[in-house]
Amino acid sequence: MEALWLSLKLAGCVAGILLLIGMPVAYWLAYSNWRGKFLLESVVALPLVLPPTVLGFYALVALGPRGALGKLWMALFGHGLAFTFVGLILASVLYSLPFAVQPLISSFEGVDRKLLDASAVLGAGSLRTFWRVILPLSLPGVVTAAVLSFAHTLGEFGVVLMVGGNLAGVTRTVSIDIYDHVQSLEYGEANRMALALLAISFAVLSVVYAVNRRVWSPWAAK
Amino acid sequence: MVTVGGEVNTGMLSARIRKERRNAGASSFLLDVSIEVSSGITILFGPSGAGKSTLLDCVAGLVRPDAGRIEARGDVLFDSSSAINLPAQRRRIAYVFQSLALFPHLTAEENVAYGLSCLQEEERRERVGAILQAFRVETLRKQKPGDISGGEKQRIALARSLVTEPRVLLLDEPLTGLDAELKASIVDDLRAWNAAKRIPILYVTHLRDEVDALGERVIAMENGRVVSAGAPMEVLDAPRRKKLALAAGFENLLSGAVLDLREADGVMRVRLGESACEIEVPLGYAAAGDRVRVAVRAGDILLATERPHGLSARNVIEGQIVSMEQRGTMVIARVDCGVMFTVHVTPGAVRTLELIVGRRVWLVLKTHSCHLVE
Repeated sequence: MEALWLSLKLAGCVAGILLLIGMPVAYWLAYSNWRGKFLLESVVALPLVLPPTVLGFYALVALGPRGALGKLWMALFGHGLAFTFVGLILASVLYSLPFAVQPLISSFEGVDRKLLDASAVLGAGSLRTFWRVILPLSLPGVVTAAVLSFAHTLGEFGVVLMVGGNLAGVTRTVSIDIYDHVQSLEYGEANRMALALLAISFAVLSVVYAVNRRVWSPWAAK
Repeated sequence: MVTVGGEVNTGMLSARIRKERRNAGASSFLLDVSIEVSSGITILFGPSGAGKSTLLDCVAGLVRPDAGRIEARGDVLFDSSSAINLPAQRRRIAYVFQSLALFPHLTAEENVAYGLSCLQEEERRERVGAILQAFRVETLRKQKPGDISGGEKQRIALARSLVTEPRVLLLDEPLTGLDAELKASIVDDLRAWNAAKRIPILYVTHLRDEVDALGERVIAMENGRVVSAGAPMEVLDAPRRKKLALAAGFENLLSGAVLDLREADGVMRVRLGESACEIEVPLGYAAAGDRVRVAVRAGDILLATERPHGLSARNVIEGQIVSMEQRGTMVIARVDCGVMFTVHVTPGAVRTLELIVGRRVWLVLKTHSCHLVE
């Protein structure tokens, strides 16, 4: 159960951080007119196509004692980032980035531009327009982004293994735990964990689809 | 420079705008206008694609002109020569879009209060209450736009724009789709509100009947340019361009050749098309033999079932009804007189005159109902 708790904690942190990072990134990608925008779009989508081992490898190098981030962390806190919970969060944030950013982009883009014009003409700057108009009208997208990045982090395996290793209570997440159990032929134990993960993932995805179909949406579809 | 209204005062909007827009493909559109709008309602009239909305977008600050200068009530909003370009949110130009763009997640009251964030809670509530009352929608304050009917949404959009005490009000076909009565009542409320404020209101439309209902002054646009400006009668009743003529409700646009000029009577005779049909029109800049176009409103043509006698109207043309189509409370008849005329008659007239397709009729046109088009 320690592994499950660790996985939930990791997924929660990652989802929270991704919402904070994802919103400005998605805002920029949705509204910028810059021609080179496709470059950033590609970077954000990279984790979708890269094998987790590739991402995990680079993350490990960056977070390690010789990587820039690892060195900085070492100077600040006296220990490296590889094989730590914080390191795991950083790598997972990268890995789940598209799952947060893509739904945000499409919901931001779905907001009628005329509403943004109306807001500007009524004297609101872009920050106020974002809080009062774009964000409230994008709530389903925000929920989707949070839930998908949560679920995706919950289920990750390769990146965790590369960056976090397998330290009980620190970096041993559910998926690694299951792998361990299977390796040592403890099928009953593996089954219990796998079922728990299956149930949580199903519940979480149900929330996404329910919100997107506006079953629980606070305002009716037009 | 086209001056509308004539008086030069600080209650004025003046704009000189040049803006090129690249459309899909190789074609591009050039807006090149210079207008002055004094307080009160000025209609910006022209066919769709004339650049009316682009002009409003430039004034509001939503689109940046390539060059020019925009000034409202003495303040410079945009000036390409001194690199001034106030962002939309600091221009204090109210703009009601055709789609209205009410915020769907906010109540009517919250929508109206949106532009008043800088005010104290109490004053804000007071002003919102007052304007909702002025536009007769105070009972809807707690409702969201999705639950509100068309005409009332228009009222709320107007209230939301005007509550901020803007320098100028821009209206982009905001009353499209409303019936005439509802439209008139909203316009009355708008006029009543503006009687005290006296701000310039620029009202875009491509509908002739709105010009008649609202018209104090008209600026006619076509193809990115101002083609004429002045009182509605002057601007629209002497259409000089074909598109404008059609948009202004001149359903009959006939080409013909000038037969002779009768300067003493102030008229000339024109043979229409290749037919034997000759009509008398007001004297224009033309010589015998010139090709001209004549525009006649379908509603200005009388229709008789016998050859009329003793009329002051100079043009009586014989023809045959080829089709009739009822549209609303109006019947559109097409009459073949060698050239085809479109005539509007009432359903009552159709009954009493027993008008049917194939019937022989006479069209009666006053000379001054026939307008020469450039």
